[in-house]
Amino acid sequence: MSEIVLEGVTKVFDDGYEAVKDLNLGIADGEFVILVGPSGCGKSTALRMIAGLEDISSGELKIGGEVVNDRSPKDRDIAMVFQNYALYPHMTVRENMGFALSLAGVDKAEIDRKVTEAAEKLDLVAHLDRKPANLSGGQRQRVAMGRAIVRDPKAFLMDEPLSNLDAKLRVQMRTEVARLQSDLGTTMVYVTHDQTEAMTLGDRVAVMRAGVLQQVGSPAELYGAPKNLFVAGFIGSPAMNFMVAEISGGKIRLPIGEVDPTHIEGLELPPQGKVVAGIRPENFEDAEIVPDETKAERGLTFEAEIDLVESLGSDLYAYFHIESEGVQSDQLADLVGERLAETGAAGKREGQEQIVARLEPTSKVKRRETAQLWADTAKLHLFDPETGERL
Amino acid sequence: MKVGAKEYSLWTIAIAIVLLFALIPVLWLLSISLKPPSQISDGRIIPASFSFDNYKSLFEGGWSGSPFLHPLVNSILIALITTAIAIVLAAFTAYAIARLEFPGKRLILAGALAIAMFPPISTVGPLFDMWRAIGIYDTYLGLIIPYLTFSLPLAVYVLVAFFREIPWDLEQAAQVDGATPWQAFRKVILPLAAPGIFTAAILVFIFCWNDFVYAISLTSSDDSRTVPAALAFFTGESTFTEPTGSIAAAAIVVTIPIIIFVLIFQRRIVSGLTAGAVKG
Repeated sequence: MSEIVLEGVTKVFDDGYEAVKDLNLGIADGEFVILVGPSGCGKSTALRMIAGLEDISSGELKIGGEVVNDRSPKDRDIAMVFQNYALYPHMTVRENMGFALSLAGVDKAEIDRKVTEAAEKLDLVAHLDRKPANLSGGQRQRVAMGRAIVRDPKAFLMDEPLSNLDAKLRVQMRTEVARLQSDLGTTMVYVTHDQTEAMTLGDRVAVMRAGVLQQVGSPAELYGAPKNLFVAGFIGSPAMNFMVAEISGGKIRLPIGEVDPTHIEGLELPPQGKVVAGIRPENFEDAEIVPDETKAERGLTFEAEIDLVESLGSDLYAYFHIESEGVQSDQLADLVGERLAETGAAGKREGQEQIVARLEPTSKVKRRETAQLWADTAKLHLFDPETGERL
Repeated sequence: MKVGAKEYSLWTIAIAIVLLFALIPVLWLLSISLKPPSQISDGRIIPASFSFDNYKSLFEGGWSGSPFLHPLVNSILIALITTAIAIVLAAFTAYAIARLEFPGKRLILAGALAIAMFPPISTVGPLFDMWRAIGIYDTYLGLIIPYLTFSLPLAVYVLVAFFREIPWDLEQAAQVDGATPWQAFRKVILPLAAPGIFTAAILVFIFCWNDFVYAISLTSSDDSRTVPAALAFFTGESTFTEPTGSIAAAAIVVTIPIIIFVLIFQRRIVSGLTAGAVKG
């Protein structure tokens, strides 16, 4: 049994900064859980508290049913992969991987057998007698993983293990990590700032913001029913489009048209007032491609002047602006950096919101031309503008 | 990187000048040490005739009669003991300063620096009186204590700089791997700080080896007198001969251990040992 349970875990640094606030999270035996959030959200601190590298200010941490708050890292039987790998430069790959076992007093033959076994899994056999300095980034990364798996610990903790690799290698190692975890069946907590990594790897994903856990759930849950504006904006790439909508007379008035809320499941709409509406890019489509019967059944057809078209072969991204007052929310403000990085192509305009639509590659929309677009309003997400909570 | 031929030759000339400047006195000393007493002041750099009499005279009479053998052993032992103690203490101190936050940390560093700056000569008088009062005048301990006082700050400074270079993640990785703090220090940090340890060791050793002020003031016999002080007490073969030749020979002999010491350890003083620890 090696489930990890965090109960009201809080971290306050010496300077009074609260890095993690009242974190409650249960990680089942053998589960692969991702902690994700923008930098400074406390995800790494949370991981380091599980590892025992940071003291827990208050709350309780249990590993395998035992409270381990006051145990030093060495007595917790966990393995950690560091962002910069932290390989011991004066030891060979073999010594690096066997270090934990030799500290534990395992005999030489057994260490050798286990190291070789792990090296085979990670394709490192040829490099066992080399020093880390002579290895490539990807190889170092695998040694760091090898050092963790050799020990057969209760849990693996990974602190952004792929962030130092180039994009291609990162994708390759991502599958490797996933395969390794499912082979070994060991509990794994994985920290990343990359929502793609989070979505592709985890059984469950925990989204954090400013030290507070926002939502925990399967990738599909987070994507389909984000609990608040932050999760909605963070999960998904390109990010969800937001616009201010007004409710009156039982209708939702979007800048692109009016929607009958009865199509949307599980919605508790206030009688009137402003809300924030979110539509994911793939819920738009070129109106010419959508069959007439679908258009008749639901959705909204509108005209938009396309600013920019990006064709990726499999998809086509169309950028356009709609008239909308800016969506004001602290939760979204936290994401500005990330969103700009993704959709910075067309920039922001006063009194307008930029929208990204993901269309079929066969679409004929062109830059600087007006196009007929269709929005699948059944997939509309609505949020309270004050609290940011999902309605 | 390709260095231009002109730049290369300029550097060669500059280095040659510096080398000549540093080595000519040594060469001169070597030449004097190889001359028989009658030719010492003939002004020739290459002796007219070579003689090893000066070297023989250093060791003549064996353990009891030689004016040099006893001080040489004293020098070696005192320098080695001081170096060992200084490095052990400095390693712990520097590790604590580099890794821990504790009140008074700045004070310790500032204090260490102040002590290192202190002119040794101003402490000689008080030490002379104190050592005689407590009975460690003319003992190894009487020299080792002031040597430690002056070499520890230096060693601490060098080691703090080296320890700070070592990524903290390595220690944490060791802790997660199941190491106690002591194991992490000994098996991970210390091997990585080895270049720093050796640098500090050489500096401390040379400081002790070369010291004259304390050696001449705090000793009175061959029991603890070190070579630099013993040289001042050299006498010629008769009352009327200058001991120039034997002093030159002794000076050559005492440089040999230093050269060996540096040659052994300079191979370890290579930076970049931490390369490959973290991404690079």
